[in-house]
Amino acid sequence: MAIEKPNSYRAGPDEAGRFGIHGGRFVAETLMPLILELESAYEAAKADPAFQAELDDYLEHYVGRPSPMYFAERLTEHFGGAKIYFKRDELNHTGAHKINNCMGQILLALRMGKTRIIAETGAGQHGVATATVAARFGLPCIVYMGETDIERQKPNVFRMRLLGAEVRAVTSGSRTLKDALNEALRDWVTNVEDTFYIIGTAAGPHPYPELVRDFQAVIGREAKAQMLAAEGRLPDTLVACIGGGSNAIGLFHPFLDDTDVAIYGVEAAGRGIETGAHAASLTAGSPGVLHGNRTYLLQDDDGQIIEAHSISAGLDYPGIGPEHSWLNDIGRVQYVTATDDEALEAFQLCSKLEGIIPALEPAHALAHVARIAPSLPKDHIICMNMCGRGDKDIFTVADALEVTL
Amino acid sequence: MSGGAERIAARFQALRAEGRAGLITFLTAGDPNYEVARDILFGLPEAGVDLIEIGMPFTDPMADGPTIQLASRRALDAGMTVTRTLELVTEFRARDRETPIILMGYYNPIHHRGVDKFLAEAGAAGVDGMIIVDLPPEEDAELCLPALQAGLSFIRLATPTTDDARLPAVLTNTSGFVYYVSYTGITGARTLDEAQVAASLARLRRHTELPLAVGFGIREPEQAAAVARVADAVVVGSALVDIIRGAAESDGGIDAGLPGRVHDAVRALARGVRGARMGGEG
Repeated sequence: MAIEKPNSYRAGPDEAGRFGIHGGRFVAETLMPLILELESAYEAAKADPAFQAELDDYLEHYVGRPSPMYFAERLTEHFGGAKIYFKRDELNHTGAHKINNCMGQILLALRMGKTRIIAETGAGQHGVATATVAARFGLPCIVYMGETDIERQKPNVFRMRLLGAEVRAVTSGSRTLKDALNEALRDWVTNVEDTFYIIGTAAGPHPYPELVRDFQAVIGREAKAQMLAAEGRLPDTLVACIGGGSNAIGLFHPFLDDTDVAIYGVEAAGRGIETGAHAASLTAGSPGVLHGNRTYLLQDDDGQIIEAHSISAGLDYPGIGPEHSWLNDIGRVQYVTATDDEALEAFQLCSKLEGIIPALEPAHALAHVARIAPSLPKDHIICMNMCGRGDKDIFTVADALEVTL
Repeated sequence: MSGGAERIAARFQALRAEGRAGLITFLTAGDPNYEVARDILFGLPEAGVDLIEIGMPFTDPMADGPTIQLASRRALDAGMTVTRTLELVTEFRARDRETPIILMGYYNPIHHRGVDKFLAEAGAAGVDGMIIVDLPPEEDAELCLPALQAGLSFIRLATPTTDDARLPAVLTNTSGFVYYVSYTGITGARTLDEAQVAASLARLRRHTELPLAVGFGIREPEQAAAVARVADAVVVGSALVDIIRGAAESDGGIDAGLPGRVHDAVRALARGVRGARMGGEG
């Protein structure tokens, strides 16, 4: 099927919340009025300079933006090819890009008069970021987290509890991120009057994919200005990891119409695509409908959702944000994969050469950088989103390396 | 109008003629396995069920509580598929040509099979209508309109959050009957508030002449009777699925008496519904 190239890659979604065939509003009727209310509240907030000013103020003084653009000199030397820059979103308050979105959404919740916050979390980074903003603004917060993830991300569970959030263990299904999302939706459909659902990634029913993207696009806007300041031009290549894809769409979106910039999204290939134990919905999935949107999903012949696998809990999701699905279909972004082992290798290399312990999520992005950088010319500029720090992952990595702590 | 939509209309017409509300039961296809589910299904009309909802198992039933989530899980673990669900309907339809069958579930298994293919197969199997939880009117072009074109009813859920401004959108393209969800929340979570339901149905009747069924939170024959006084049909799901769950989770596992126990519970509900004659609605 030939898809016509749009005039702009940045115009979506349309009024029905679609990016091409992807996106939409596939939710129960009980939630539909809430989603329409959110859409109009967000439209009003976007048009209100006071909202943006307030958000910018918190991003600067509370989150710590702008995050630096760092020239990774030793990795550049090590690979011997392209010049590698990291967009340092792991230096944000709470240690990942997740708080950019949480800050935007909680200000929206306050504007809408909502008094109770819910969220889902996989690795716990979004849960921690949500619990953080809920604490900052004094709202009760409930975080749904799969029992399996609670077990493998204990430090983040404790962080959330310190921040005053209630972490509810999800025991249904595969007990991971997708089930936490189901359970958060079940909470929302029950508590329709007072509750605001802070979704952690650029997926879900419209307007969430747009709203989360807009709140994360601060990453790409800063990166553009910082690259111009550092190099006098835009980078040649962008690389970011993809679970649901919020850090990636945040970096990519401001660059989509700069068509000389090559863009790579890196999915988790887990133990290898051929083993079936992976989380690469674009590479190995097909379009389907889950969690309120149409997008690429890991599913079986009967349309049942298949459990994802990745060493990185943050990428361990059988779907992907709908805008990525569309960017894949039209070919503007190239989606590639990195395995658990490749990510582990990149994780260790970055720690040793740059003194930066990356989260396992961006370690997947770095694994792709490691693949392409050596053969690229020295004046080729790669900008990679270092979207989270790896402190949370040290137990997982120790396990994988068979080290007893 | 062919097959499906006609069978639903004929059943509600007959109920009106009898001056009573109907009983609709929900059970998941293939729960706890194909054979037992078939035995349960085949006995439902005789036990007093007027319309049958069959749940299509799905891995991620976002609008359902634990009882129906586990029913899906049991069915999938026992090898249930969309193909087998349609076979179950075909087998039922060979024995019973009057009782309407409504498939209830989530969109993805249908989407994955292909809408046109699914509708043709469902029509041929003897399915009369569908309730697809995650397809609001905003997504009518996906399945609702093709289903209507294929002669199948598309039954929409109206909920306490569906206000007067939104009702017309929800009712457009709805056919067969309207399913009023008695509370905001997931299936099996609580009991319904009879006074609130009566008021909501009165509001709905100002907007539609379609029969009104009420579901969510009806477990006991007395509740069924109370709802039957104000609604055109009463839907019971989790209370019946809990009987299967009880057997599946017991030490003895599924026993030969399970279908009989489900049918006994259905008979009690049917007596409740039939005993509550509707006053002046006929």
